[in-house]
Formats: sequence, C-alpha cells, structure tokens
Amino acid sequence: VAEEWVEALPVDEVELEDVVRFDFGERSFAIYRSPDDTLHATDGWCTHEQTHLADGLVLGSLIECPKHNGRFDYRTGEAKRTPACVNLRTYEVRVEDGVIFVKLD
Amino acid sequence: VVHADRGVVIVGAGECGGRAALELRRCGYRGSITLLGDEHHAPYERPPLSKAFVRDIAVTPALVAPNEAYAEAGIDLRLSSRAVSLDCSHRTVVLASGETVRFDRLLLTTGAVPRRLDVPGLAGDTVLVLRTLADAMLIRDGIGSGARLVIVGAGLIGLELAASAAQRGADVTVVEASQRVMSRGVPAEIASVAAARHRAAGVKIHCGETVVRAERESAGVRLLLSGGGDLATDIVVAAVGVDPAISLAEMAGLAVDNGVAVDDQLATTEPRVHAAGDCCSFPLSIYDDRRIRVESWRNALEQGPLAARNMLGAAERVSSIPWFWSEQHDLTLQVVGLCDQGTKVVRRDLGEGTFVLFHLDGTGRLVAASGIGLGTSIGREIGIAERLILARSQPSIAALQSSEFSLKKLLRD
Repeated sequence: VAEEWVEALPVDEVELEDVVRFDFGERSFAIYRSPDDTLHATDGWCTHEQTHLADGLVLGSLIECPKHNGRFDYRTGEAKRTPACVNLRTYEVRVEDGVIFVKLD
Repeated sequence: VVHADRGVVIVGAGECGGRAALELRRCGYRGSITLLGDEHHAPYERPPLSKAFVRDIAVTPALVAPNEAYAEAGIDLRLSSRAVSLDCSHRTVVLASGETVRFDRLLLTTGAVPRRLDVPGLAGDTVLVLRTLADAMLIRDGIGSGARLVIVGAGLIGLELAASAAQRGADVTVVEASQRVMSRGVPAEIASVAAARHRAAGVKIHCGETVVRAERESAGVRLLLSGGGDLATDIVVAAVGVDPAISLAEMAGLAVDNGVAVDDQLATTEPRVHAAGDCCSFPLSIYDDRRIRVESWRNALEQGPLAARNMLGAAERVSSIPWFWSEQHDLTLQVVGLCDQGTKVVRRDLGEGTFVLFHLDGTGRLVAASGIGLGTSIGREIGIAERLILARSQPSIAALQSSEFSLKKLLRD
C-alpha cells in the first residue's frame, strides 16, 4: 500500500496539552499537542467502544476517553488503563509552514 | 504465599472475577486457578445489557477476554457451576453438583442479586429482572414495537432500560416509589433533566407510587397503583435495586456489613479469603474511611485485579473513587465521588443544556462532581474533577463556575 501524507490542520488549531479531531474520507484521527510541544496522531476512535477521543482529556502524555475513562499513551498508542486493553494505532506527523501533515498507510 | 496443589479459587465469573483470574497470571502466579461461574457464559461486560444490547437486536455481548484466553492462561473456567457452600476451616467450596473444590486462597466476586417484587396477584416468575445476559435476552425478545412495558423502579437500570425500550418502539411506563427518579446517588438537578428527556420521548413516569396488586387479563396483566390508577401491560420488569450476594460469606462466618466486609486491601475477616466488586463493602480513605459498597463497572474491573495482586502479597490499598456513567436517550450522565459528602453545590454551564455540578464539603474541598449532557460532552470536566478530588483540592468557586476559566489550570495549582 502506498504511503500518503495528507494535510490535516494548522498547528495553531491544537492547543498545548490538547487534542483535535481530523477526518479524512472514511477515516478519523485524533491529533495531539503535548505539553512540551510535540505533535502526535492516533486513530480517532477508542479501541474499547465507538467513542471519539478528541472529546477526551489530555493530561501529560495520556489521552482519557470521555466515555468510559480508558487511557492511552498517545505517543505510543499503548493502552494504560482498563477498559482500554487494545492499543491505539499511531501515525507519523510532520509540520510544513505551520500545517500538520499525517502519514497514512 | 499460595500452595500450588490447592491454588486459588474465585467464586463469581463476572467482570470482577474474570479480570482477577487473568491478573493472577499476569503477575506471574503459577499455581492452579479455578474460576467458578453460575452463568453459562464466559465473563462479559454487563453495562450494555440495559443499553445497546436491548436497543439493538444485532448487538452481541462484549467479552472481558476472548473465550480461549482462559484456557491459554491455564485458568480452569467452570461455567454453570454454582457454589452453594463454603467452609473456611477445611478450605472447601461445594458446588450445586455436589462436587467439592479445595482452595488455598479464595476470592469472592459473587456480585449482587436483583431484588424481587412482592405484589399480590403477580407470580414472581412473571416479573422480569435485568442483571444477566439471559435476563437481557428475555427482555430484548419481548420489547419490540408496540409492546407494553412497565418498569418498576426509576434507578439507573430502570431508566436505561426505559430509554432503550422506547427507542425500540415499546410503550413504556415507569413506576417509582420515591418522589423523583434516580434518588440514590444522582443530584435532583440532573435527575430532572433526564426525566424531562424521557417524557419528551414518550416514556410515562409515575413518581411517588407503588404497585399494590395485579390482575391477570386475557393478554398481559393489569397493575393497580397506590394512587388509584392502573396500567395494562404485557411485560413487567422489576428494577428495584440489588442485594449483595453474601450467602456463602454468611455461611462461613465472615463479617458482613452491607456486603462482605473487607479492609482497605479487600481482605475479609478470614485470613485466606478476599472479596471484591459489588458483593463487598470497604472503607475509603478519601472519605475518612467511610464504609461503602459500590455497584459499578469500574469498581468491579479495578477491584478484581487489585484483590488478585493482594492475594499474591502486594498490600495495595483501594484508592480510586466511585465513578459511574449512564446513557439515557441521547444524554449521558456521569458521577464521580459521593455527592452526599458535599454540603455546597457549584454549577458550571457548558452550553446546550450541558452542565456539571461540583460538590464541596464544609471546608471547601471538592468531594464529588456530577454532570449531564449530550453525548460525551461532560467527559473532560468529570475527568479533571476526579483528579481534583483525589488531590483533596479546594478549588476557587469562581473558577469552577465560569466556563471561561480552564478547569485544567486548577490541576497545576
């Protein structure tokens, strides 16, 4: 499958220690900005039930699902608290001219 | 600590027992593990039973772990195996089949049993309850479009079922003995938003009434209410709460106090026996060791593994605070902490009818938070509140009230 970098959104639309939703075709992602200003992307939907993580709470390197409070490390996708036990997929991101790009596979 | 020949026996294969068994292996325990369940399903998640499972006939139960995970972990999962007696001096559990199972250490995750209705004219078995997958399947089959359903009890289970059944097209009436819905654990301000939403969806709610008598009709039954009215219905569901399943504990002489009494490490009064989840009451340090029993999913899924670690010698204390959510129609409510610990309430409006209440004690310490709104709109605020409660924070009231002020900033203070 060909790699593809897609334009997501301007960096300044994501606040420090926060998350924003990005939809691309049928797919949906969550884009994070860490407290120390690094950018990350994961699948948007929680692996436990269909809830979007962009409505969740970012604290440090963790995203907490707003529905059942499962937690993931958004840098690695690792599930950190039940009910989440399946890891999240993560995606490479890069910034060009103040715009975030996400690498799809 | 554990002798491998007898090993660990876990009585109760719900979320709590299932997760405990898996945790024992995850922690490296190599002795035998026997997980006894009286249902004929491997551990599954109960929360959807009153929600998606009855709302949508295509939904299948979500398992705590895949069926094969237990065998792969060397866990002897024995379904349809009800424990009927417990003897701690001989360290034996006797099953309904007559078989005796020996243990070195025992974990009671027996859960809770739905209370039954006692109404003259209404045979016990014509009233359904909602606790197990089998219960939910019976209800799901009966509440198709046009079916008449009376739910007795407007607690979380009763109202979630009311919403799900109404979405299936059933004609739903809820009868509640107290003066308002969700009177236990949910603030009135939030309960009234939910009640209004139910009424808008066509659910009829009768508060301050009980069912005093029932009469058989050619199709279904007629329920006579304490207020003088009556309701003709096809199905009656009792959602009047649960009692902790303590018969084994009582038989074995364990201390019981609104559930199997355990300490803050989930140890019972019997040295080799722990208890966890809905069946036990425990002291919670954040509320000055107030003894509580919690009937919630998160409690079950956290206490099972915690008890497992302590059975292996971890000496970990229960530290998380009660949390639950409920979905009714398009609304979600969440409560973290015990609202009745508070004496003052501060309201934060988030727009579109969504709001969060912060419950403070006399010293200004945040002790609980509750909220209601569309979808997952209150999740972040409740998540932050949980951490403030754990930190025993005394947040500024102005900051809590104003949605202009980021709650997250309070965590850094």
